Amino acid sequence: MNIFLSHVLAGLCLLLSAPLAAQDLMGMLEQDEEEQPEYAVNTFFTTRVINGQSIENPYPGDLIFIISHHFGRLNQGAYELWGLDQATIRLGLEYGVSDRLAVSVGRSSYEKTFDGFIKYKLLRQQSGVRNVPVALSLFSGAYLKSLKWPEGSDFEFRHRMSYVQQAMIARQFSRQVSLQLTPAWVHHNLVPTTDDPADYFVLGMGGRWRFSDWAGISLEYFYRFQEPESYDTYNSFAVGVDLDTGGHVFQLHFTNSQPMFESGFLSDTRGDFLDGDIYFGFHITRTFTLR
Amino acid sequence: MLRKTLLVFVLGVLITPVLFAQVYLTRNGTIRFFSEASLENIEATNRQVSSALNIENGEFVFRLPMRSFAFEKALMQEHFNDNFVESHKYPNASFEGEIHGFREADLLSGEEIEVMVEGELTIKDVTKGITERGTLRMEDGDILGSAVFVIKPEEYNIRIPTRYVRNIASEIEVFVDVRLSDKL
Repeated sequence: MNIFLSHVLAGLCLLLSAPLAAQDLMGMLEQDEEEQPEYAVNTFFTTRVINGQSIENPYPGDLIFIISHHFGRLNQGAYELWGLDQATIRLGLEYGVSDRLAVSVGRSSYEKTFDGFIKYKLLRQQSGVRNVPVALSLFSGAYLKSLKWPEGSDFEFRHRMSYVQQAMIARQFSRQVSLQLTPAWVHHNLVPTTDDPADYFVLGMGGRWRFSDWAGISLEYFYRFQEPESYDTYNSFAVGVDLDTGGHVFQLHFTNSQPMFESGFLSDTRGDFLDGDIYFGFHITRTFTLR
Repeated sequence: MLRKTLLVFVLGVLITPVLFAQVYLTRNGTIRFFSEASLENIEATNRQVSSALNIENGEFVFRLPMRSFAFEKALMQEHFNDNFVESHKYPNASFEGEIHGFREADLLSGEEIEVMVEGELTIKDVTKGITERGTLRMEDGDILGSAVFVIKPEEYNIRIPTRYVRNIASEIEVFVDVRLSDKL
């Protein structure tokens, strides 16, 4: 009886084990699968929120060419075609040295300013292997105003320089919503009068609502803790639409800042948005893969 | 005696899969795809394909993380993951099926044999039955398996905006190459 039973059971073993093994083939692949870090991608469509820097860098080996354009003020009326007769432009190149480091040079028509900056991704937002809830990038820029000095003045070269140090702290809350805080410190080697501060501390706030895979709406505001005494300036504000076409990103926006470089729009925004000093502008960003 | 028999039974169930299931496996198989369009050709390679074959019954599976497709251009890789296959929602693709038309003895001869692979391919949570030709060959105790087939992105809910018609083909060629080994 027992011998019979063990034969039956042995038979059952074979019957049971075959399907067990079959079912487990996919299970075998899933177990001990190496977990991969899941980095937040596309927190912003490109390296700018609008006027200001975003935490995004060019990929290593990629060269980004940015054409930035601000027309004149909307409130100039029909004679100036609401500002379209005038233009301020910046041409810039940004290069991804590594997956963390980017370098850039640019030239703006505004006060004939040359700029250069480096941007370093200290922390990348990620989940999976490690959980890092925010991205943190550091930025350091130098600005050279090359506009000719007035006849007979005795300014030196160093008076042409301004500097900006800033940190970008961003979080992609969902695929749709990304927010960024940007504390910044602006230093000017030369200011109009002794009453005007040479140093400005600024807190920037920016965000993007990505309403489709390829498009979003962005907002940006920079609050200054100091203001110059001798002339009127305002906090920089911008609102815009971002369109990603794959190789190009188009950013169309309205802002009260005429300059498109950091030392300019952070501390030297002359337009009063509420009074109609609004510049229509755009950035066209084109990525070239060099390696 | 009954207890002893039960013990044999339990041990039997536990051990027989190990003893009898002839499973060959890899963690670093390759899946490459190629898109040929009028403006550009796009190619991407994934070297983190896990795959297993049970040579007893021909059952064959593979599974791959979509993020591991490496493109020539990083921006393409970003768009592939972020906009097209939505890797954040559907991190893996997989295939479950079987390989018909081979016997273990054929394999052991070392000759390359033509086989049919039939099963279900899942990309972006869309599962489709496919039947494709492939080859198997034994080399140094490993089984080399390869197959080439064509998939249409739209069938797997991969929506490609019309402006990419000249950049991305509507039919993508897929090349599977795995070296399966029985060292588990």
